[in-house]
Amino acid sequence: MSSAEATAGTQRGELSDWFRERISHAVSEFTAATALVVLFIALTFASPYFLTADNLFNIGAQTAVIAIIATAQTMVIITKGIDLSVGSVAALAGVLGAMVVRDLGFSLWAATAVAIGVGALAGLLNGLLVTVARIPPFIATLGTMSVGRGLVFIITGAVGVYGLPRSFQLLGNGQILGIPFAVVITVLVAVGVAFLLSQTRFGQYTYAMGSNLEAARRSGIRVGRHLTGVYVLAGVLVGLGGMIAASRVNSGQPNYGISLELDVIAAAVIGGASLFGGQGRIVGTIIGAFLIALVRNGAVLLDISIHYQQVIVGVIIWAAVYFDQYRRRRLESRG
Amino acid sequence: MGAIPTAAADNDQQPTDAEPPVLEARGIVKRFGHVEALRGADFTVRRGEVVALIGDNGAGKSTLIKTLSGVHPPDEGEIRVGGRPVQFSTPVDARRAGVETVYQDLAVADDLSVAANLYLGREILRSGPLGRLGLLDKRAMRHGAAAALDELGVRIPRVTTPIAMLSGGQRQCVAVARAIIWATNVVILDEPTAALGVVQTGRVLDVVRRARDAGMSVVLVSHNMPQVLEIADRVEVLRLGRRAAQLRADEVTTDDLVAAMTGSTNVDRDER
Ligand SMILES: Nc1ncnc2c1ncn2[C@@H]1O[C@H](COP(=O)(O)OP(=O)(O)O)[C@@H](O)[C@H]1O
Ligand SMILES: [Mg+2]
Repeated sequence: MSSAEATAGTQRGELSDWFRERISHAVSEFTAATALVVLFIALTFASPYFLTADNLFNIGAQTAVIAIIATAQTMVIITKGIDLSVGSVAALAGVLGAMVVRDLGFSLWAATAVAIGVGALAGLLNGLLVTVARIPPFIATLGTMSVGRGLVFIITGAVGVYGLPRSFQLLGNGQILGIPFAVVITVLVAVGVAFLLSQTRFGQYTYAMGSNLEAARRSGIRVGRHLTGVYVLAGVLVGLGGMIAASRVNSGQPNYGISLELDVIAAAVIGGASLFGGQGRIVGTIIGAFLIALVRNGAVLLDISIHYQQVIVGVIIWAAVYFDQYRRRRLESRG
Repeated sequence: MGAIPTAAADNDQQPTDAEPPVLEARGIVKRFGHVEALRGADFTVRRGEVVALIGDNGAGKSTLIKTLSGVHPPDEGEIRVGGRPVQFSTPVDARRAGVETVYQDLAVADDLSVAANLYLGREILRSGPLGRLGLLDKRAMRHGAAAALDELGVRIPRVTTPIAMLSGGQRQCVAVARAIIWATNVVILDEPTAALGVVQTGRVLDVVRRARDAGMSVVLVSHNMPQVLEIADRVEVLRLGRRAAQLRADEVTTDDLVAAMTGSTNVDRDER
């Protein structure tokens, strides 16, 4: 803003300020939602199979896993962190969840608790690496990604965990009144985390740390403890997501989730989460997750190879982050 | 923490010579590796006065302030509040003692609203079990923030505006207001007007005067000598990490201040 910030200038600017303030969050969410609708319509015309009940169910379940793990990613991104370990941790959680059912006769619920516990431990590890060992999140979680993937191959001998009872599929393929069970879980998770972030002190501190860590520290927030808590909670969701993914294919797959981090980071940044920290909302992330799931699903229906899908997701990440920077510059050029 | 305490809490107490200083530093040493930023610095703040802390660049002003606000615990020396020795190991310790600071590198969270910044670390929670779960009472904070800013004469369009959208002057006013609202003893301001224009500087100084009139002690770091003489009751000069002089603002000129800062002349010390 120019030096003329005195009384005269403010009156006119006030309305547009109010508008920007409301809108700045919503812009990326609106853009993503528009893209989602356009893609949805395009796929309806492009593939006769797209709008079938089977395929929509499939998209729902696929969105669910991406959305739950992207929700976790969003919390971490808001703190100005990043979690590259989500894919291997989800695989580890899914595999161990499957193993305790097959080998120890655990119920599905007990196995889900195990998977969530695995995720929480991995999150705790990430959190301690970042806060106590002071390793930057990118590197800390890169290490966890490698360690996790290694462990899951060691534990399984690189062979999938099969021979599970049909009931194992409930989380991933079950339904309530025609709605995939996984979608119901996702809605609960999304609403819960959105509430946590927007209405509680925990959420306030999460944004504050990502916005200005030193300000948060000087305000008396115990940033180490709090940041670790965010990673643990993210891990819990990743464990849950991994379990749902395993349940969908009725087996524990050691190579599940390779490059999943790209999908969920893309979902989060498409929805408006900023890699510079301090910004991000779950609504946006859910829209982003849906969009990514549609891209994946559409590519399969249209017979576009997985390699092209990788290219598309990469370009989407570039575009979303570029847009975020552009938006920030515009906002700050006023200040 | 229920509501913002009124700034007038200590209004009725008059400063007396018998009363120990509100805040005092004695023989503070602070090293950063090989750099000795403070070499036995002393500093005194009495009740209800505005003290200017001046010194050349690198004299150690910001470091001294950070030891007084718990950001950098000192390596040696003693801090006293109301005559009692205290340990400030974290900013929270200093805040508990009623000392609030506006840092030179403004510590505000740009993405959070004005209200959220004013209450950062001291959020109002809902009453009852929901509050124990950490549920924020955003309405109460909005109203509290608006009322407090109003009382201090800080004009911000809306308390829900993210700090990133404010002008430099408005941000500074919010940071100053935040300190004044919560302080019960001393407000420390590290070069609060250095980056501001004339109008904005005037606003910040108005806010400082209101705090002083409400009985608060104010420590002001500034490079603007006319401003120092205008607003301060007393001036403390820091040179090379030590106190070089203590002066009464109404007895000196800007030339005297510059001389004391650079060490070119000996100025009469005020040993009050
Ligand atoms: N965090 C730090 N790490 C290393 N050196 C520092 C740090 N803070 C201040 N210093 C050094 O301490 C000295 C005093 O700095 P400072 O207190 O900022 O001075 P002033 O505020 O009076 O300009 C300078 O030499 C500065 O480089
Ligand atoms: Mg300084």
